Amino acid sequence: MNTSVLAIDDSRTIRMLLQQVLEQAGFDVHCAEDGVEGVSKFEAVNPDVVITDINMPNMDGFGVISRLRGEEVKTVVPILVLTTENSSDLKTRARDLGATGWIVKPFDDVALVQVIRRVTGHG
Amino acid sequence: MAESDDIRTMFFEECNDLMDALFEGLQLLEDDTPEEDTVNAVFRAVHSIKGGAGAFKLDELVSFAHKFETVLDELRADRLTRDPALVQTMLRAADHLAHLVEASQSQGEINVERGETLLAELDVYVASNADADAEVVFEPMALNFGGLEVEPPSEVTINIRFCPFEKLYFNGHDPLLLMDALGSLGTLIVDIDHDAIAPFDDYAPETPTLTFLLTFSADDPERIVEEVFEFVEGICTIEVTPQEAQDETVAEEIQTIEPPDAPEPEIAAAPQVAVADQEEPPAKREASASTNAKPAQRGEAVAVQPTLRVELDKVDRLINTVGELIINQAMISQRIDMLDLPGDGELESDMADYKLLARELQEGVMSIRAQPVKPLFQRMARITREAGDATGKSVRLVTGGENTEVDKTVIERLADPLTHMIRNAVDHGLESREDRVAAGKPETGEILLSASHKSGNVMIEIADDGAGLNRDRILDIAINKGLVSRESDLTDPEIDMLLFLPGFSTNSEVSELSGRGVGMDVVKTAVQALGGRISIASTPGKGTTFSIVLPLTLAVMDGIVISVADETMIVPITAVIETLRPKKSEVFQLGADQNLLLIRGEYVPIVDVQKKLGIVGGEKEQDQLVLVLVESVDHSRCALCVDAIHDQRQVVIKAVGGNYGDIPGVSAATILGNGKIALILDTDHLTKVEKMAPPPQLPPQQDLRVPHG
Repeated sequence: MNTSVLAIDDSRTIRMLLQQVLEQAGFDVHCAEDGVEGVSKFEAVNPDVVITDINMPNMDGFGVISRLRGEEVKTVVPILVLTTENSSDLKTRARDLGATGWIVKPFDDVALVQVIRRVTGHG
Repeated sequence: MAESDDIRTMFFEECNDLMDALFEGLQLLEDDTPEEDTVNAVFRAVHSIKGGAGAFKLDELVSFAHKFETVLDELRADRLTRDPALVQTMLRAADHLAHLVEASQSQGEINVERGETLLAELDVYVASNADADAEVVFEPMALNFGGLEVEPPSEVTINIRFCPFEKLYFNGHDPLLLMDALGSLGTLIVDIDHDAIAPFDDYAPETPTLTFLLTFSADDPERIVEEVFEFVEGICTIEVTPQEAQDETVAEEIQTIEPPDAPEPEIAAAPQVAVADQEEPPAKREASASTNAKPAQRGEAVAVQPTLRVELDKVDRLINTVGELIINQAMISQRIDMLDLPGDGELESDMADYKLLARELQEGVMSIRAQPVKPLFQRMARITREAGDATGKSVRLVTGGENTEVDKTVIERLADPLTHMIRNAVDHGLESREDRVAAGKPETGEILLSASHKSGNVMIEIADDGAGLNRDRILDIAINKGLVSRESDLTDPEIDMLLFLPGFSTNSEVSELSGRGVGMDVVKTAVQALGGRISIASTPGKGTTFSIVLPLTLAVMDGIVISVADETMIVPITAVIETLRPKKSEVFQLGADQNLLLIRGEYVPIVDVQKKLGIVGGEKEQDQLVLVLVESVDHSRCALCVDAIHDQRQVVIKAVGGNYGDIPGVSAATILGNGKIALILDTDHLTKVEKMAPPPQLPPQQDLRVPHG
């Protein structure tokens, strides 16, 4: 079974880029375009790793992390934050909520794939 | 490349939507009627444009959007008060952003002056709030360690005491994976300190108690540890001690890795997303540019037709269903005709209406897949400029019929052949500046690229006003390369068509630009693969025009209806050269069961479709052969031997793979008016197999007859 990735980003472009890069790397990619869809997709597809944007309508990335780590879902799959934000405050906040890692856009596809492999231990 | 182009196209589409949202939000702010989420929505729009632009290295766009976003962030965080002056500045900033998006998309000029003015204006708002942002932090911070100036010291061994907190597990980390990562970058020995494990009765399984004692050897091991454990800072303890020190006192020289200064080293290294198509920088900065730069009016960006985004799959299913509806309608018509009903023909008239509606429905559905050729043509403008620069020729591209709509797939697959033809037109078609002036022509050459609808097809023309084809030279080259015989007496159009022969390349010195061993034959192949045809018209001294005629869609095609044994089959018309009944003297036997057709001095294998597909049926009379001469995309020819040729018609293409698997020699199927299924022959395969000869004897039980509906 391929490693499955859930990518949550409100930008179509970023979603398509992620899809292309990650599928090329042999991952199964599922996409969601905001936090709410992300959380419900998470429960539907049960991915091995989640990549989420921070700034999104409906529910932002922090919301996604809290929901996924919260009592209801309580998952321990790695959650990587992929965003243009780069402040230590926000990073700390994400980590405190339960984010596994932080990657700054624009992302380097090779590095991204490496990070995913590293946190999932697959491939 | 095509994929990245797709994403790029999508990015600009998305930008248009985002600009709409941006202006909508700003309008609300201007009218002083903002809703709860308005500022956030405006922020997100600019933010998303920045994020995407970064992926495509649109630096101008990124840095302007960044500044704009910073101001919006201040506003969002209530550190900045909204007043009419600020809203006006933001509106103008949005105008400029729209201009930058447009300029990035079309590689147009950027109004640098206005950008700088606006940046300064925006700065006022940021600067007034003391915590000014760190400059755009999109500088690549690569993961590699190659940047070390000094010779890396040879292996150093350190001891690491790694004790994960509960939070580390909770955040989705796995100590094993971290240690795996470490192990892959050096030599690692792991020991475990399990003293802290409580007795069984007190054991709390979710509370981590293990401490890992790692001995790690590598070049610059501390740096690697920093990298690998970057994400787990603060949710574990990592104590690093040099190997020597440990031998002495353990406690004393313990050194904890401090979190590195912000900004922390990012995993996101260089902003290099695999965009193969490295676009030229969007801005060719010229001081004079501001005058001819298009002042993007605020209204323009908003005046976009509302669109609905639908998955391509859904559209294709719809097209398929409508195709079946058309077939169904044809069947009903035929049945009604056969019934020969009495009466005043009301049913026939209703049926005619039904037919009309079904056709309209089909056209409507097909048009969903259709897109204007404009973006494709815009790309060609860039290709033209590049080709002009490379050859030192002055050239401009004039486009026509940009709004002509063509099937999306056709547009995508047309990009490469068009690029090649445009380069050819600049490189070979146009004369040098001096020659043009000497011939009394304007110094700047002109290439006309136009699209139009023509009797159910799309016609694309590439016309240059150059010297026209040098037919003597073409003929010389063709003879020298052995493509035609010296005695052959060719008409002008026939000479022109020699350009399309594989292995033909006019430029004796292979030029940097267009001649790279691939010639016009590749263009022809690509066009044929799309079910199209290409032709040339050339007038000496006036120029050359290439015309490509393409079907509107790939879902239907023109075919020749043939029968083989009791089966009806379709031969794609694009592959057919001619149909003929050969004289007995033109058919030769080779070996046991291979026949050859002698046509215009060339021997062409005859493929018996019936045998080839393993259809059970009687033998044919050798002197009553009906042949369809076909050419595959790789220009090999063969003559298909069939029982009869019936008709030429448009058929709806249906895939067979899903139901029957791949059938060699058959590319697809269609449903005829009488409800019967007809297989569409894969002429490429049939000619190829024949070239590989000897023909495999298919066992007769492999019966490909399909159920008659």
